[in-house]
Amino acid sequence: MSGSLFEQDRKTAVRNAAEKRFRAYGLTAIILALLALVWLLISILGNGLPAFRQTMMTFPVTLDAAVLDKSGNRTPEELAKVTTIAYGKVLATSLTAELAARGIDIGALQPKDIGSLISEESSAQLRNKVLADPALIGTVIPFTVLATGRIDGYFKGRVTMASAALDKNTSPEKLVLADKMKDAGILAMRFNTGFFFLPDASDKRPEAAGLGVAIIGSAYMMLIVLLLTLPIGVAASVYLQEFAPKNWFTDLIEVNIANLAAVPSIVYGILGLSFFINFAGLPRSAPIVGGLVLVLMTLPRIIIPTRAALQAVPPSIRDAALGVGASKLQTVFHHVLPLAMPGVLTGTIIGLAQALGETAPLLLIGMVAFVKDFPSAPPQGFFDPASALPVQIFNWTTRGDPGFVERASGAIIVLLVFLVIMNAGAIALRSRFERRW
Amino acid sequence: MQLGPLLLLLVILTVFAYIAGRARAISLAGGDSRKLHSLPAFYGRAAAIAAAVPALILIVVWLIVQGPMLESRAMALLDPADITAERSIEAVSADVHRMTGGLNAILRSGQTPSTDVATLTGQLKTHNVTLQGAPTASMIAAATALEVGQHRSRVWLSLLTALVALAGFALAWRQITPEYRARNATERFSMALLIGCSLIAVLTTLGIIASLLFETIHFFQLYPWQKFFFSTTWNPQFGGGSDLGILPLVWGTLYISTIALVVAVPIGLFSAIYLSEYAGSRMRAVVKPAIEILAGIPTIVYGLFALITVGPLLRDWIAQPMGFGNSSTSVATAGLVMGIMVIPFVSSLSDDIINAVPQSLRDGSLAIGATPSETVRQVVIPAALPGIVGAVLLAASRAIGETMIVVLGAGASAKLSLNPFEAMTTITVKIVSQLTGDTEFASPETLVAFALGLTLFCFTLALNVLAQIIVRRYREQYE
Repeated sequence: MSGSLFEQDRKTAVRNAAEKRFRAYGLTAIILALLALVWLLISILGNGLPAFRQTMMTFPVTLDAAVLDKSGNRTPEELAKVTTIAYGKVLATSLTAELAARGIDIGALQPKDIGSLISEESSAQLRNKVLADPALIGTVIPFTVLATGRIDGYFKGRVTMASAALDKNTSPEKLVLADKMKDAGILAMRFNTGFFFLPDASDKRPEAAGLGVAIIGSAYMMLIVLLLTLPIGVAASVYLQEFAPKNWFTDLIEVNIANLAAVPSIVYGILGLSFFINFAGLPRSAPIVGGLVLVLMTLPRIIIPTRAALQAVPPSIRDAALGVGASKLQTVFHHVLPLAMPGVLTGTIIGLAQALGETAPLLLIGMVAFVKDFPSAPPQGFFDPASALPVQIFNWTTRGDPGFVERASGAIIVLLVFLVIMNAGAIALRSRFERRW
Repeated sequence: MQLGPLLLLLVILTVFAYIAGRARAISLAGGDSRKLHSLPAFYGRAAAIAAAVPALILIVVWLIVQGPMLESRAMALLDPADITAERSIEAVSADVHRMTGGLNAILRSGQTPSTDVATLTGQLKTHNVTLQGAPTASMIAAATALEVGQHRSRVWLSLLTALVALAGFALAWRQITPEYRARNATERFSMALLIGCSLIAVLTTLGIIASLLFETIHFFQLYPWQKFFFSTTWNPQFGGGSDLGILPLVWGTLYISTIALVVAVPIGLFSAIYLSEYAGSRMRAVVKPAIEILAGIPTIVYGLFALITVGPLLRDWIAQPMGFGNSSTSVATAGLVMGIMVIPFVSSLSDDIINAVPQSLRDGSLAIGATPSETVRQVVIPAALPGIVGAVLLAASRAIGETMIVVLGAGASAKLSLNPFEAMTTITVKIVSQLTGDTEFASPETLVAFALGLTLFCFTLALNVLAQIIVRRYREQYE
């Protein structure tokens, strides 16, 4: 052995290199984890953001009385007999007339092809508008219609001239015409309010599919979860944390809760199906069943943080309350629980956020069904069929039209925004009110 | 009386009982509340509880019992000749229920329902009730019986509820004396409520086990268990004669979970080590929550990510050029995405456990000249190993029970194959596919989902219990 301590011998150099490598592994692992997060978010945002804009056409629509009300009586029964197909024709004729008036060359397209640029959903919208106000018949109204999914896809880059040539639902000529209409200002991309308020639409009409029913369904379920889990969860935690004697029975409950929190969510779906639907006879696809399943799933996930919050309240508070003659229950409900409330609410919000994103159990209780009617107001609405945000996303991913992939990603953005708001609320609550003892 | 007004009445009675009970206690004490055992409010509460609770229990029990009872009585009136091959008993009873609703609406609008079939159908139509098939005389009789029964049941329920509430209140009224320990009485009730709430967890477990077990036993009566556990083909046919062997599903589940762990354990563990041993507090404050975001993202988001991004990417860049196949749903896709999902489970738990290793152990190791990485490898990790194993087991149980990622990312064909770029399927996927849609409950093809569910439940339960035992034993070591 020779040399000074300032000179690295071979062994030290090897050890230091190993040290560097080890650090690099750690750093790489962190970078990989963060990259995965970024990749995930970029993929979802990139696919989903176009869903918030929608191609629409605005032009004057001549509501021809000869087509829409042949008898001329304007009676609701007669008007209701006119189908959406007739309204589709009205839209097509009006658009053709508008194109002619603007001097836009429709090329090789036939006038009947013009109608196929317009979403079939728009004829239904026009029909509803006319039925609500029969006085409109015979007048000319400005009306905004949705372009079909293919035209919308063209402006979002999903459909190209090459793919349109192979597609029997559209053709390159139609896309050329759409370009001309855009230049003329008839056709434009606008903010897609329908995405938030419209119900789901059929497989062929991705342009009209919205999240309205799903948002209401999710809101109903969250209401049920909040109303049931908060009191039950708090009561159970208070008992287990403050009163339960230490015996085999309370041990059993505790082990139970710990394991329930780790039971796969799909198992809760099986429970919901066989207990709430087959045994108790509650309706399928209803928010009440979804809500109850989510309640059972969320309870253990709320009890655990609630107990931690109760435990964090120092014993001196309890001693002081007991010392001035409060009963044990008064001590807990007048003093300990209010002090633990920020922690309890934080845990509840995080539990709710988890419940909001849960999909698998809802699939089993039939919430994946196609629901087009809005549920009525609660409490009756809890029993009406509805969808839910995550299930709607799943539903859209299983459909053929690529327009639905964009919708599903857009819906995920909506879902994530809700989750971010809830979690931010929880964090704000914690930092604002939490006390360190 | 409808349920809403009835509950409102009960609320009013309860409030009245509270006020009256409180007033009686004060008046018995001659206006001096110091002579009472408890605060006056407790006497009010005791009276309110006595009025409301028995009545509420009555309402709940009544509502549970009444439906099936009326139903069976009304359905007994149906003429068996009305139920034909085209018109099942379900369809007929659905029509009867619609008719009952219609009769109710007709009565409420002040008309009398006609006994003639044609006129009645017209009347129903004006109230927006359309039947699937033509009503028959026996169906009208059943619907009328149901309507009358429901009406009668409502009247009786209202009367009995009012009676029970008043009786409860009267009893409480008699009990109230200045010596009556009202606080203790109400607190006994509150305590019972608290215990009841904490029992819900136990009931949930019992419910899960019961629902899985009953249908599984039912399944094994229709299908031999040897074939279920040892057959290597999964080929359900809704005409009967299906092969329902669990082995391909178990293989797919384990294969995907293994890939997920291969991705998640090194990344999670090394991030946890770096964060707890090397990173400064500022880096920790940013990176730790960022990684935990991964745990807060709903699984459907990962599922879609697998379906539209990772799947096509793996297919176009790895599977097709290397000749492994051209399926965008594959074991590798699902495993990789699931691995990303479980990273935070491994990293947070390991981080907690590594932090729990006493600093003195590190100091000792560093003092005798070990580098930080040698300290981690030779001192910290061996000390934390049981806890880390527990964390990995928990992550494994997560991966095995995960549903949406595999539904969207792994495919639906049950295969026993080693190729990771082939579509395979898991237990959870098959539970979803056998139970969604129109389910005929008596067939083994549907009931198998419960046997799969029970297998999954036992699997994850065993992993969790094992992990908890390991983690707990480890924690005790350093406390």
